[in-house]
Amino acid sequence: MASRVAARDGFVAHVGHLSLETFRALADVRTWGPLLVPQMRRLGVDSVPIALFIAVFTGIVLSLLSSYIFTGAVPMYFVGALVGKTIMMELGPVLTGMALAGRVGASIAAELGTMKVTEQVDALETLAYDRNSYLIVPRVLAATLMFPVVTAFAMGVGVFSGWITAINLLDLSSPDFLKGLKLFYRFKDIWFGLIKSASFGAAVALMGCLRGLDAQAGAAGVGLSTTRAVVLGCEAILVLDAFWALVLL
Amino acid sequence: MIRLQHLTKSFGAKQVLNGLCLEVPDGRNTVVIGGSGSGKSVTLKLIAGLLEPDAGQVEVDGAVVQTMDRSELAALRGRIGYVFQFAALFDSMTVAQNIGLGLVKQGYDQATIARRVGESLAVVELSGTEDRYPAELSGGMRKRVGIARAIALKPRYILYDEPTTGLDPITSAVMDDLMRRTRDLGVTGLVVTHDMRSAFTVGDRIAMLHCGAIRQVGTVEEIQATDDPVVRQFIEGRPGAALPTPTGGFPE
Repeated sequence: MASRVAARDGFVAHVGHLSLETFRALADVRTWGPLLVPQMRRLGVDSVPIALFIAVFTGIVLSLLSSYIFTGAVPMYFVGALVGKTIMMELGPVLTGMALAGRVGASIAAELGTMKVTEQVDALETLAYDRNSYLIVPRVLAATLMFPVVTAFAMGVGVFSGWITAINLLDLSSPDFLKGLKLFYRFKDIWFGLIKSASFGAAVALMGCLRGLDAQAGAAGVGLSTTRAVVLGCEAILVLDAFWALVLL
Repeated sequence: MIRLQHLTKSFGAKQVLNGLCLEVPDGRNTVVIGGSGSGKSVTLKLIAGLLEPDAGQVEVDGAVVQTMDRSELAALRGRIGYVFQFAALFDSMTVAQNIGLGLVKQGYDQATIARRVGESLAVVELSGTEDRYPAELSGGMRKRVGIARAIALKPRYILYDEPTTGLDPITSAVMDDLMRRTRDLGVTGLVVTHDMRSAFTVGDRIAMLHCGAIRQVGTVEEIQATDDPVVRQFIEGRPGAALPTPTGGFPE
């Protein structure tokens, strides 16, 4: 038990230290600046298809599920309200975050882990580069900036697929769906979801970097780091989700 | 000059260095020999500031590496080239980008970088490979690109980590020749290896690392004529019983 507590405290201190080092490295714009856009494309733009795929089916299921719940109990235009609210405030950011934790977190951990065990990280440092400026900052910044963009697309597509489902498979007209969608809509719904997704992006990328740079030698070590990065990224998303709900709602 | 004083380093319960002392004089190749896992690579990483010693200190040109701040450490690394055991080339970059990366950090313009990359590749006889990726190169070519990356910065020192390990005899001889030519350009070399043929070929001085400390230092002739049983056993490649553990301190 004591060793588990010590390990947990050590991990928290490690995350805190890495976060501070990353923050300090933000000043080294000359190093991370040219790397930011390629990382935004890799971590963000390339993740759009998987995010949209999830959003389409989330919208369909939400629409069908809310119809099943509301039939005979509340007016059916509430389907639009439930689909819109749920996708914008919760499922859009969280499901997109989870999918990207797998894709982005694993990709970062595997890449940095391989660099670590093949001494490429040491080589970088012998060339007078700061590993935080060169490896961590562009990835964390790119994920922080791009997760909300991908999530915004996912929100739009999720609501749209819910709408299409409602008018084609349910006994609901477009005006009714849109009436429900507008009824409880507040601008806060969107920025709440986007702020959350920015924090998810930072956490997922940071966990990927942390575990990648901690990788032990060999393919098994890199594999283990990658798995841990994905698990930690998902855990961080759930903790942050609860945190933002407590703070912003 | 590089001066290692009473260096101690452990990884968990395993003590790797135990009071290591060594001086690396300017303008010559010093070769550190020793068995696998004896702490040779760790010694190089301590000099480059990639690892921190548990005790003792590393001095480079009179400055203590462990007390340097980030900018001083970056400046130091600009004076030290490092050739890694498996080259450690960046696999997502071309040969030219690998060699030029350190020059980009030093703030050189593109024309200067291109010229220095070309010169460095010419020294290692790999001109024309600028646009190839590390995966397209043989092991020996990768190691030569590693040397080109190190010399592109025109360093004062080069640290070679097992430069001939895993190479065929001819490519090993090419690497030895490169290390000698680099020394002739005025660069101080510190080579760690357990390849005795290479050690005798490139070394001006040879130091034997055993049980975490320097067992003996001398010229090639002195080492070849040694009557120290530990050193004799190693250079002759004779398997045998466990040998006595030395104490730390500068060797006679």
